[in-house]
Amino acid sequence: MGKRLKPAVAPEKKIGTLIAIVLLAALYVFLFLLDNALPTNSTTTMLIPVLKKGAIYALVCVSMNLLNGFTGLFSLGQAGFMLIGAYVFAIFSIPADQHNSVYQYFDGGAIQFSIPESLGRLLGENAGNFWGAIICILIAGAVSAIFAALIGIPVLRLKSDYLAIATLGFAEIIRAIFQWNGLGKITNGSNLLRKYTNFHDIKIQIGGTIFQLDTIFPFFIATLSILTIVLLVNSSYGRAFKSIRDDEVAAEAMGINLFKHKMLSFVISSFYAGVGGALLAMFQTTIQAAPFRSTMTYEILLIVVIGGIGSITGSCIASFLYIACSEWWLRFLDSGSFLGMEVSFFRDGFRKVVFSVVIMIIVLFFSRGIMGDKELSFAGIIRKIRKRRQVKAVPADGEIQEKEDESHE
Amino acid sequence: MSEFLAANLPHLLSGISVGGQYALIAIGYTMVYGILRLINFAHGDVFMVAGLVMVYATASLPIYVSIILVVVVTVALGVLIEKVAYRPLRSAPRMSVMISAIGVSYLLQNCALYFTGGLPQIYPSIPFLSKQVQIGTASTKMVTIITPILTVILVIVLVMMIKKTKVGMAMRAVSRDFETSELMGIKINNVISMTFAIGCFLAAIGSLLYFTNYNSVIPTSGAMPGLKAFVAAVFGGIGSVPGAVVGAFVIGICENIIKGMGLTEFSDAFTFVLLIVILLVKPTGIFGEKSTDKV
Amino acid sequence: MSERTNVLRLENITMQFGGVVAVNNLSMKVDEGEIVALIGPNGAGKTTAFNVITGVYQPTNGQVAFYDKAYIRNHPQGKMKKIYKGENPLLYTEEHTLELPDGADALAAKQAEKARDHYVFSSHVMAPTPDHITKMGIARTFQNIRLWKSMTVFDNVIIAKHMRAKHNIFSSTFRASWKEEARMRKETEELLREQGLWQHRDELATSLPYGLQRRLEIARALATDPKLLLLDEPAAGMNPQETLELAEFIHEIRDRHHLTILLIEHHMDLVMNISDRIYVLDFGSLIAQGLPSEIQKNQHVIDAYLGVVEDE
Repeated sequence: MGKRLKPAVAPEKKIGTLIAIVLLAALYVFLFLLDNALPTNSTTTMLIPVLKKGAIYALVCVSMNLLNGFTGLFSLGQAGFMLIGAYVFAIFSIPADQHNSVYQYFDGGAIQFSIPESLGRLLGENAGNFWGAIICILIAGAVSAIFAALIGIPVLRLKSDYLAIATLGFAEIIRAIFQWNGLGKITNGSNLLRKYTNFHDIKIQIGGTIFQLDTIFPFFIATLSILTIVLLVNSSYGRAFKSIRDDEVAAEAMGINLFKHKMLSFVISSFYAGVGGALLAMFQTTIQAAPFRSTMTYEILLIVVIGGIGSITGSCIASFLYIACSEWWLRFLDSGSFLGMEVSFFRDGFRKVVFSVVIMIIVLFFSRGIMGDKELSFAGIIRKIRKRRQVKAVPADGEIQEKEDESHE
Repeated sequence: MSEFLAANLPHLLSGISVGGQYALIAIGYTMVYGILRLINFAHGDVFMVAGLVMVYATASLPIYVSIILVVVVTVALGVLIEKVAYRPLRSAPRMSVMISAIGVSYLLQNCALYFTGGLPQIYPSIPFLSKQVQIGTASTKMVTIITPILTVILVIVLVMMIKKTKVGMAMRAVSRDFETSELMGIKINNVISMTFAIGCFLAAIGSLLYFTNYNSVIPTSGAMPGLKAFVAAVFGGIGSVPGAVVGAFVIGICENIIKGMGLTEFSDAFTFVLLIVILLVKPTGIFGEKSTDKV
Repeated sequence: MSERTNVLRLENITMQFGGVVAVNNLSMKVDEGEIVALIGPNGAGKTTAFNVITGVYQPTNGQVAFYDKAYIRNHPQGKMKKIYKGENPLLYTEEHTLELPDGADALAAKQAEKARDHYVFSSHVMAPTPDHITKMGIARTFQNIRLWKSMTVFDNVIIAKHMRAKHNIFSSTFRASWKEEARMRKETEELLREQGLWQHRDELATSLPYGLQRRLEIARALATDPKLLLLDEPAAGMNPQETLELAEFIHEIRDRHHLTILLIEHHMDLVMNISDRIYVLDFGSLIAQGLPSEIQKNQHVIDAYLGVVEDE
C-alpha cells in the first residue's frame, strides 16, 4: 500500500544517480590514493591544496547560494559566520599543553581542554582526532547558526539592499568582537590561533597501517553538507524558499510564513558557513580574524555569480575553477614570465586584475553564469543525448518519411 | 563638563573633521541611491583611487595641478563606471546591479593592489592643509578646521543647486519617478551621469582632506570609509543630502569619542551598531520619507 | 437570510495612507455560500479593501471578523490620531462609550457588553500577517497576476499545500515525511486535472496563455483549502466568451469546494449574472448595496459610473 504512493522514478534518473555514485566513489578512491600512495611531484603539490580549498569554497558558496539564490535574501554576512566557525573550531581543538604558548598574552586562556585530545584518551589518538574534529566542526556550525538566529530576528525584517548592508555590518561587528582583547582569554584577541587540529592530523588506522585522510576529509564533510542542502532545496521547504524568492507577497498570501522560512534559510546557510569556516581553519593551520573582511564575502558572492545564482552544481564547478585558476593555472600571471617569455607587466597582483576583469565581463554579459539556475545532472545529459539520437533517427529512417509523404498526397 | 570637554577636545575635533570627510563621500551614496536605488559599493573605492592618483600625480607635477587632475580623473572614473557597469543593467533586477557594483569594487581594489604592489603609498602633504595649528588644548592640522567649513559650504551650494537649477529639478524628478520623468522628456542618462559626477567630485575633495589626515593610501583604504559613509546616508535618511551630512558628523564624532575611551577595536563596529539600530527603529532614517509598496 | 452564518464581516473599516483616505468606514458582510461582488469605479478602494481583509495592510480603524470571530482590529494610534480623517475614531478604543438609555450605569453596561462578547468593543489591536489569515481559510488571487515566475505550473500549486502539510524542515529534507509529500502531490494532481491544467504541469507558469494563468491563480488559491475565496478581477483581460465561461466556472468551484466567494469585478454582465448581492464603493465609501436588480436601478451607482454633471 505504502509503496504505491511513492512517485515513479524515471529510468534516466536512476541511471543518472548510478553514474553520479560511481563517479563519486572513483573520486574518493583517487583522493585516497593521492593521500597515501601517489608520489609527490610538482603536480600533486599543486593539486592537493587546490582540491582541499576547492571543496571548502564549494561548501561555502553553496551555503551562500541557498540564501541568495534559492531564498532571494541578499545577505553579505558569510565571512562573519565563517569567522565564527573557524574560531570555535580552533578554540575547542587546541591541545591543553599548547595553551600556554598559543595564549601567551592571556595567561594560557580560559578554556583548558581540547575535544580531540579528550576523545583521544578514550578512543586512541587517531580516532580521537577524527571524531573530535567532526564534533568540533558540528559545534562550529551550531554556534554560527545560533548567532545567525539572534542576528536574524532584527535583520530579516529588512528589504533587499538594506538586508545586504545590515548583514555586512553584523559581519564587521562579529569581527570586531573576536579581535577585542577583552575576550582575549577565549579568542586570543588580535593574535593568531594555532596548533589546533588540522587536516594532517586526520588519519585512520586499519589493521597495523595508518592511512592519511588529508584530502578526503574536507571532501567528505563538503559532500555530506552539500548533499543535505540539495535534499533541502528539493523538498517542500526548498520550494517554499523559492516561492519567497520569486514573489514574497504571493508567498505570504499562500500561507507561507515569511519570517519563519527566511529564518530557517538564514540559520541553515550560516550553519554551513560555520562548517566551511572550520574547514578553512583546518586548511590554513593558523587563523586570525583580520582576513574575514567584506572582501571575502564579495569573493564568495562573485564565485556564486560565476556558477549561476540558484544552481548548486554551478557553485561547485565555479569554486573549483576559481580556486584552480587563482592558486595554480594562472599563477604565471604573477610570476613575470609566460612560456619562457619575460612579460614586464606580469607581476604580483596581475592575476587578480585579470580575474576581476573576467568577473566583470561575466556579470555584465553572461549574467546567468556557467549554469544559470539549472543543475548539471547525468539524467539531464542522458535525456539530451537520447533526444539528439531521436532527432537524427527520424530522417535516417526512410520508410517513415515516405509513408508520411504518401499520406499527404 | 568643561573638564570632559578639555579631555575630549582632540577627539571631538578629529571627529568633526572625519565627519566632514565622511559627509563628502556620503553625498555620493545618497544621491545615487536616491536616483537608481543602488548601493554603489564602488564609491568608497573611487575615493581610494582619488587618493592614489594624487600620490602618483605629485611625483611629477606641481601640487595644485595635481589637485585639479585628481578631481578631473575621479569625476571621469565615476561617470565611466556608471556607463560601463550600471547602465547596461538598467532594466535588470536590483540584485544584478548590486553584484555589478561589488564587482567594480573588487576590480578597483585589485587594480590598486597591482599598481601599488600592496605597499602603503605615502600621501603628499598639501602645504596649506598640513600646517599645524593650536585650538584650545589641542594641537592639530589645518585640515581639521578647513574640513567642516568646506563641507558645509559645499553642501549649501549643492542643496541650492538641487533646489534652484534645472538640473537639480530634473534630479528630483527622476528620483521620484523614473518612468514618468522619462516620458516628460528628461534625459535620464544625462541626469544619472551628472549625479555620479557630483558624487565623485565631492569624493575627490573628501579624499584630499581625508588622506592629508591619514598620510598613506592602501588598496583597501576606501572600503571602510565608504561603508561608514553609506551608513551615514542611511542614518540621515537615504536620498536626503542634509540627512547624509548630519549622519556623517554623528558617526565621525562618535567613533572618535569611542577611540578616546580606549575601545579602538569597536570604533568601526559602532557604525554598524548604529546602522542596525536605525534600521530597526526608523528604517527611513531621520530625514527620510516613508514609502508604501503597492500590491 | 439572517439565519445564515456570517463568514466575513467588515465593521467600520477605514484605511488612511498619510492624509489620503482610501477606504472610509466600510461595513459589509458575506454569508456562507454566497457570491458577493464588490464593485466601483477605478480607484474606489476595492483592492485596498481586499488588502485589508487579507492582512497586507493594517486598517487605520475598524475590525474584521471571520466566522464571527474578530481577527483584525485597529484604532487610530500615534501620529495617525491627529491626522485621522475617517469616522468613528473612538469606536475601538478604551474611550468608547455606549449609547445607553437614561439612568443606566455606563461602566456596568460596558463591562456586561465585554463579558458577553469579548471581541466587540475591545481596544485590543490585532494585526495578523497574511499567512495566518490564509491559514484561517481566506485565500485570494491578485489583480495583476502574481504567479511564481521561475516555477512550473505543478510547483505553483503544490507550494500552496506547504502550509497545511504535517512536516518539519528535518522530516521534509530527509524525506521522513514522504507520505505527506505523496499526499500533497496527489491532491495537486487532482486539482490540476479538475482545472484542466494537468497537461501543462511541467511548463513554466509564465509561459501559459493569460486566461490559463488566471485559472492557475485560482487553482493555487484553492490549494490552500479556503472557506472564503477572494477574487480580484478574475475576468480582467478576457473576451466575452471567456467571461461567460468564467461565470459558470465560479459557480462550479463554489459548489465543489463549498466556498463563499467575494469578488471585485468590472465586467457588469458577469457581476449581475453571478452575484447574490453587490456592494458599491466610490471614493472609498459605500454608496449602495443590495441585490443585482436593485443596484442596476440605483441612481447613485449610475452617477458614480457615468460621472455626475454638476451644474454651477
